[in-house]
Amino acid sequence: MTRAKALLRDYPIIPLLILLALLVGTLEIMRPGIVGERWIANTVKFAIPLAMLAACQTLTMLTGGIDLSAAIVATISSFVMATLVPFYGATGAILLSLLPAVAIGLLNGIGVGLFRVHPLIITLGTGLIGTGCLQVYQSTVIATGSEVPEALAWLGTGRTWGFPNALVLFVPFAALILYAQRRTGFGRLLFAMGDNEGAARLAGVRGWQVHLALYALSGLIAGIAGLLYVGLIKAPSLSLAVPLMLPSVAAAVIGGTSIFGGRGGYAGTIVGALILTVLGTMLTLLQMPEGVRRILFGGIILGVAAIHLRLTDTR
Amino acid sequence: MTNEAPLLDASGVEKRFGAVVALKAAALTIRRGEIVALMGANGAGKSTFVKILTGALRADGGHVKIRGTERTVGSPAEARKSGLVPVYQEPSLIPDLDVADNLRLGGTDPAKFTAWMAELGFERFDLTAMIRELPLATLRIIDLARALASEPDVLLLDEMTAALPTDLVEAVLKVVKQQAEAGRSVIYISHRFAEIAAVCHRAVVLRDGLTQGEVPIEDGAEERIVEMMLGEAIKPGETAAQRAAPPPQGTPRAAVKNLGATGKLSDVSFALHPGEVLGVVALEGQGQDELFEVLAGARKPDRGSIEVEGTPRRFTHPADAIAAGLSFVPGNRADALAMQQSVRDNLALPFSARARAWGPINMRREGEVVANTIDRLQIDTRAQGEVGRLSGGNQQKVTIGRWLAHGCDTLLLFDPTRGIDVRTKRQIYPLVRELAASGASVLFYSSELEEIQMACDRCIVIFNGRVVDTMPAAEADEPRLMRAAYGLTGDAA
Repeated sequence: MTRAKALLRDYPIIPLLILLALLVGTLEIMRPGIVGERWIANTVKFAIPLAMLAACQTLTMLTGGIDLSAAIVATISSFVMATLVPFYGATGAILLSLLPAVAIGLLNGIGVGLFRVHPLIITLGTGLIGTGCLQVYQSTVIATGSEVPEALAWLGTGRTWGFPNALVLFVPFAALILYAQRRTGFGRLLFAMGDNEGAARLAGVRGWQVHLALYALSGLIAGIAGLLYVGLIKAPSLSLAVPLMLPSVAAAVIGGTSIFGGRGGYAGTIVGALILTVLGTMLTLLQMPEGVRRILFGGIILGVAAIHLRLTDTR
Repeated sequence: MTNEAPLLDASGVEKRFGAVVALKAAALTIRRGEIVALMGANGAGKSTFVKILTGALRADGGHVKIRGTERTVGSPAEARKSGLVPVYQEPSLIPDLDVADNLRLGGTDPAKFTAWMAELGFERFDLTAMIRELPLATLRIIDLARALASEPDVLLLDEMTAALPTDLVEAVLKVVKQQAEAGRSVIYISHRFAEIAAVCHRAVVLRDGLTQGEVPIEDGAEERIVEMMLGEAIKPGETAAQRAAPPPQGTPRAAVKNLGATGKLSDVSFALHPGEVLGVVALEGQGQDELFEVLAGARKPDRGSIEVEGTPRRFTHPADAIAAGLSFVPGNRADALAMQQSVRDNLALPFSARARAWGPINMRREGEVVANTIDRLQIDTRAQGEVGRLSGGNQQKVTIGRWLAHGCDTLLLFDPTRGIDVRTKRQIYPLVRELAASGASVLFYSSELEEIQMACDRCIVIFNGRVVDTMPAAEADEPRLMRAAYGLTGDAA
């Protein structure tokens, strides 16, 4: 028992993978024949934008923060991009659309790093401001129409040899984050700051620099996730990625990242995003009223997070 | 009375953390009216044993009997209910509440509390004082008075006197004796033999998670305890008289002139030379905390100047001080360590601090530096995945080792041996000497006077925010330091 427990503590991802397998198994029993190549590709396709937004939460949560503006930033960049395509072409529109994403991220970073505003408050605030700006922007560009570039649609929905094309973007992205979190100076500082900001300061870390870079990075990631997501949904709107907001936090929490900072990592978050996506499919198949589905969804998230914490607790 | 069941009888207590066995078979029996010292080197399992006895951790095996009945102490609250009240090393008070509110939270009777505070030397203690604004020593006394007010059958004191000035140590020892005379018991954990000899009846010695045995406190007990603790004899360190340091000359590494900050630190000047260990002696709260923080760049001075290698410097952030070669090891290890991270991450933390070092880490080179440091300081790496699970002495080695790994010209050590065992202490003094021999300068504040002669070349005494005495370490015997620390320097050199 103690050995099993030690194993779980050292590899907290194991129970998550087991849970994922159990969920997929249950789904197959509920609806035999559903789990096939096509279903897997579809699940992965929908899990990727969620996993990317959850990267924003994971990285900020490692420092004890959070980025509640991520889903709105994703929506903004996707909407801005789609409306700019008629003027600047796909490449230009994509690059331009990432500017507001990074700008909101920088604003968050300045708030957290320089003015010591709590991340929850500042990202909530910039998110609201962003929503407002987007509405103003929409009313000024109402006539021009919008367009989702071919390349993004290919990336968002297409499959090659059965694999979703989104993996072309996501595999290098995930590899980079996984590498950076433990093997770069910046990644180490995220853990150190979340664990004990005062100690990091005494070791010579200027916290504001880390916060500024972190939230700007989070904004950039959210922007890219938004572009990918609009390629998948193919219909830009003012609330495109907003429903992913709380699931992105949930994916990070289920994945074992502590909201108090210092503990966790991106590997768990990826599995967390997959679990949430499979769970979503399952609840849809149950053909229950929307209200009941939400109750179940919330309840299951709480249960999984609690059990995971129990299993990996050191006490 | 002798036939009465012991108040507390623990035997065969086991605890493991993953692969690490912290306790194999720990045992402790305490009867009414006894004061028992619980002793052991760092990593012996003392802290784990205490946490199990007080309900903060669950044992994996063994028996704990309270007044003859078998109990599993499931939580600190249960432990308190059965009459066992601990006072831990870290004060358990809420900083943003005043004393009265903190008492209310624990359900402590303010009248009893005030009486105990008076007993401990704090007459007419002000209950409206904010915890945040009180010095550490006072907080520990508050914790003790609060525990006493609950009239515990067994009082557990974990390094109660570490970082306390001598007058308060006397007061604590007096109260501990009174407890025993009143038929209550005390488990007394300390690394200071003098205190144990003064109050305890016997000592229970732990080593490697096993209770090695009991030693009645009598003449020669110290040697037997040390032998049991270490499994070997230890040699006292080299002292200042044997070193005969030449008087320092040339440009000082760091020169402090008329430094002052926030009232407590009024006017301190001294020079610290390359290859020199300069001791700082002061009673609690004489401005030494502020002095170290200013030198570390963690606090801005109100007046005065700091020169490093002859160049005036102004530190606005610890990063500035580190860039100037000044590295700070704070008195409280919890202030310096990222407790949930690994030994490696903690040792390597300063390497990543500057933005230009945010890129990929050369894992092999870092691994070598870390391995060298672990080797040099003999850090016990059984629980290296999480610094918080190391013993106090090993945590202290990590906070010092970080700067050895990083390299520094001047090391600011604030009470580095606070609450750590004899063996680690005796590793720290030679290490400090070794650093000085290699050309580094060390500023060494200690709350234990005998350390000045063991580690330093010279020392300054600070009283009321001013340097009141400066002397070579060879002359810094305890009576002289004590007189100076209390501001009695009629014959100052």
